[in-house]
Amino acid sequence: MTWETVIGLETHVELATKTKIFCSCTTQFGGAPNTHCCPVCTGMPGALPVLNEKVLEFAVKAGLALNCEIRPKSRFDRKNYFYPDLPKAYQISQLYLPICYDGAVDIGGGKTIRIHEMHMEEDAGKLVHDPWLDQTRADYNRCGVPLIEIVTEPDFRSAEEVVAYLERLKETLQYLGVSDCKMQEGSLRCDVNLSVRPAGSTELGTRTEMKNLNSFKAITRAISYEARRQIERIEEGKRVIQETRRWDENKDATYAMRSKENAQDYRYFPEPDIPPLELSEEYIEGLRASQPELAQAKRARYQADWGLPVYDTEMITSQKALADFFEEVVALGAHPKQASNWIMGQVLGQLSTHGLEAKDMKLTPATLARLIALVQEGKLNRNTAVKVFEAVFADDGDVDAYIKEHGLAQVSDTALVTTVVEQVLSDNQKSVEDFKSGKEKAFGFLVGQVMRQLKGQASPAVVNQLLREKLSS
Amino acid sequence: MKITEDMVDYISQLSRLQLPAEEKTAMTAELERIVAYMDVLNTLDTTDVEPLSHIFPLKNVLRADQVAPSFDREALLAGSPAGDGETFLVPKAVE
Amino acid sequence: MELYELTALELAQKLHSGEVTQQEAVEAARARIDAAQRSNNAFLTLTDPAPAADPSASPLAGVPMAYKDNICTRGVATTCASKILEGFVPCYDATVVERLTAAGAVSMGKLNMDEFAMGSTSETSHYGPVKNPWDLTRAAGGSSGGAAAAVAAGEVWYAIGSDTGGSIRQPAAYCGVTGMKPTYGTVSRYGLIAYASSLDQMGPIAKSAADCAAVLDLIQGKDPRDGTSLDAPAGGLLSSLTGDLRGKKIGLPADCFGQGLDPEVRAAVLAAAEVLKARGAQVEEFALPVMEYVVPTYYIIACAEASSNLSRFDGVKYGWRAEDYEDLTDLYCKTRTQGFGSEVKRRILLGTFVLSSGYYDAYYKKALQVKALIKKAFDEAFAKYDLLLTPVAPTTAPKLGESLTDPLKMYLSDIYTVSVNLAGLPALSMPCGFDGKGMPIGAQLIGPALGDGVVLNAAHAFQLDTGWHKKSPKGGDAQ
Repeated sequence: MTWETVIGLETHVELATKTKIFCSCTTQFGGAPNTHCCPVCTGMPGALPVLNEKVLEFAVKAGLALNCEIRPKSRFDRKNYFYPDLPKAYQISQLYLPICYDGAVDIGGGKTIRIHEMHMEEDAGKLVHDPWLDQTRADYNRCGVPLIEIVTEPDFRSAEEVVAYLERLKETLQYLGVSDCKMQEGSLRCDVNLSVRPAGSTELGTRTEMKNLNSFKAITRAISYEARRQIERIEEGKRVIQETRRWDENKDATYAMRSKENAQDYRYFPEPDIPPLELSEEYIEGLRASQPELAQAKRARYQADWGLPVYDTEMITSQKALADFFEEVVALGAHPKQASNWIMGQVLGQLSTHGLEAKDMKLTPATLARLIALVQEGKLNRNTAVKVFEAVFADDGDVDAYIKEHGLAQVSDTALVTTVVEQVLSDNQKSVEDFKSGKEKAFGFLVGQVMRQLKGQASPAVVNQLLREKLSS
Repeated sequence: MKITEDMVDYISQLSRLQLPAEEKTAMTAELERIVAYMDVLNTLDTTDVEPLSHIFPLKNVLRADQVAPSFDREALLAGSPAGDGETFLVPKAVE
Repeated sequence: MELYELTALELAQKLHSGEVTQQEAVEAARARIDAAQRSNNAFLTLTDPAPAADPSASPLAGVPMAYKDNICTRGVATTCASKILEGFVPCYDATVVERLTAAGAVSMGKLNMDEFAMGSTSETSHYGPVKNPWDLTRAAGGSSGGAAAAVAAGEVWYAIGSDTGGSIRQPAAYCGVTGMKPTYGTVSRYGLIAYASSLDQMGPIAKSAADCAAVLDLIQGKDPRDGTSLDAPAGGLLSSLTGDLRGKKIGLPADCFGQGLDPEVRAAVLAAAEVLKARGAQVEEFALPVMEYVVPTYYIIACAEASSNLSRFDGVKYGWRAEDYEDLTDLYCKTRTQGFGSEVKRRILLGTFVLSSGYYDAYYKKALQVKALIKKAFDEAFAKYDLLLTPVAPTTAPKLGESLTDPLKMYLSDIYTVSVNLAGLPALSMPCGFDGKGMPIGAQLIGPALGDGVVLNAAHAFQLDTGWHKKSPKGGDAQ
């Protein structure tokens, strides 16, 4: 029998706000334990939550980009459960009226993944077990860091589709500037719901949930392991048990979590401390209008308008900051193809050498545009330009000052070049004779002599032209 | 509405309470009386009545995304029955 | 006249004129507390008050007062009268405390109450019941029993209590003092340890309506730290007290004067209506049949929220932790089972039940729907009337121990007060007579949302013509 794997995803994304969702503590990653905390986020008696306006804005922007409907009247609910990473013993989330619903993400290849809903909620703290003390340490720095949870319909049929979706999601959210989506810091993490069924069946099988998978590799391997496990069980005549399973990276296997964590009755009810949200048409449309162009649209435009190769457009749009940089260089007058070549070659090269991301680089579009213009105008040799680029990259140095200081400007002054050409011809009568007797090699020698005198800064085209004129006269 | 000891066990477990046997029996009876009294609400027709959670039509109460200094950790941890000066300590809670 | 017999505003005037020094006021309070504490157990914590920074900071600057023990005070133990918060010292001040401190309030300490404000007699306190200064064998009412008793006994000139279903008004009635629950959202809840967040509101207990107005002028107003705080104009209540009731229409809900109401209480409240009439108000009976549903609606909503609000007390971050636990779940269970009293546990279980899977719609959602009907009924009443007048409680203060045996009976005694919290309205309790046993009777004035000034003005008018609020227990010796 052939089997079909059916997957739905719940993705938690940390929003890139400065402060937490319900208090003014910083969201900065790291920090000594419990130093990014206050009475609100540590659940001190009497403290009250007040919603961060940026969280709402980012959630709506994300929803719009994922083609969701935005709910005009939304509100928060309390999800009640006891766990030491949750100091209030309830998580403020949205169950009944989530901010966004009914979205769709095109993952390419004609496939669309439907978004069931997307809501805002607070993150929990971090627990670290100390084997020496045999005690668990609770650090509440992450408590109250704003999250959006994006819940898809069970539309995936393979790990590849899941990865394509996550890549699209990551790219979109990064472009919006609502999240940095750093999986290694936990700012994008996934719960995978998976079931299997005979191919062709339309009924859903019993699903298991795998929690907190935080790399593409883990997701891919967990999916393939879990699908195989379920199929084997069914083929052995056993049932799949609906349960939460944990992926063990080291053992390359999933295992069931203790059953008491499975049976939950969260007793959701409307959060009395936070008045409801009512979003005006104006607010939503204002955010829609200010949405940046997303990567997919940029790639299409670069290909159609500027004829850039697909591969180049993918590289350039891989980081929003890089695409923005590229577009500004073009806007400053550089030819798109040349700007693209410089970015594909030198900029990406330097970023990799310095271990930087585009958003962290100091080099300004004006600097690269200037270099491109100097080459274009024949004032700088392409190879020299690369050297200048490497010199100014790290600190966005002044290109013209550098060229002047190091005497690198290309000599295009015909009078100066003519003087040198005449000098070289009179100093190298032998070669002139050789050339005139048909030895083309002598011409190369003469060009070399001229270039040497001009310290390599002469425009080769000008030298060639003047030499030929003199030799033929 | 009949309240059984099983139901009291279930809600006790959800609320992390453990009533001794005789207290549980008494509580079951009391809850049953109270819940029976609450059933008077079922005599009211509330079809088409929108549940009202917030009494006043306050909406969109938001704060600016501006960082304020966090609290002194010592002050936050001062009341903890078990801490190590940096974190709150609990019995093993990580699998 | 002794200092403790003065109202807060009268004492403030003497402080302002220099007739009485700050130290004399504090010493007078301390002497009364020393005399009364052993008998009425109104205080849980006594503090050495710092003198008011600026005696002209406000109309009440320098007047000794105290806070109910569910209001967070930085550096001063705040226990909610519960074992589970034994030794808890907040690291921050409630907004109300911040505002009053800036206004020159002088705090004498923290006041006893029902555990987590759950109770109607202040007997559920882990630290012993509060006793009524009028008769020490009787309850002071609850949950702000310590606040009402301390003001009645002249230990402080005013106190800040909290009111979720009548917890300011009912003890004020039982103790013969004036107490006001303002419109929901006009006093910041930041720093009030929550019982039922959608119903909780802090307010003053004092000798007179004018004192209450003066306190509310200091504590009302928008607080950015409380999302439910209203952006309504605040202040000016005291200066707008005219005592003029001409043209005001006062409704008497017939459903609040029927079965279960003690005849002496009925007579005293109806007599109060006559006083208001004499001041120019029109008084009229009307039907408010929704009263039948207010108690179950209140207990479902309050207990549901309480079950969630009290989950944070688990022995990890603050307060008391059980000994001898086996693992995490055992730590939670033992701490909470041993740390909470039986009334608190009853309400947590009830609240958990009405929210649990399978019962949410039948109970919690139903209660929210009925709440909408209750609000509608009040909206309709206030389309016709400026104020409503009702009893505060069906009886005067019960004997200690009498109420604890039957929780349902205790819940039912809240019938006249809880609807006000469900509808978010302002309401005041004022002394209007005594029963045959010499216990004070209270009348309740209820106003429309943000009609706090109307309520206070009517009570002020009543107090201009009556002397009930000036009576002190047994000649004032508090014994």
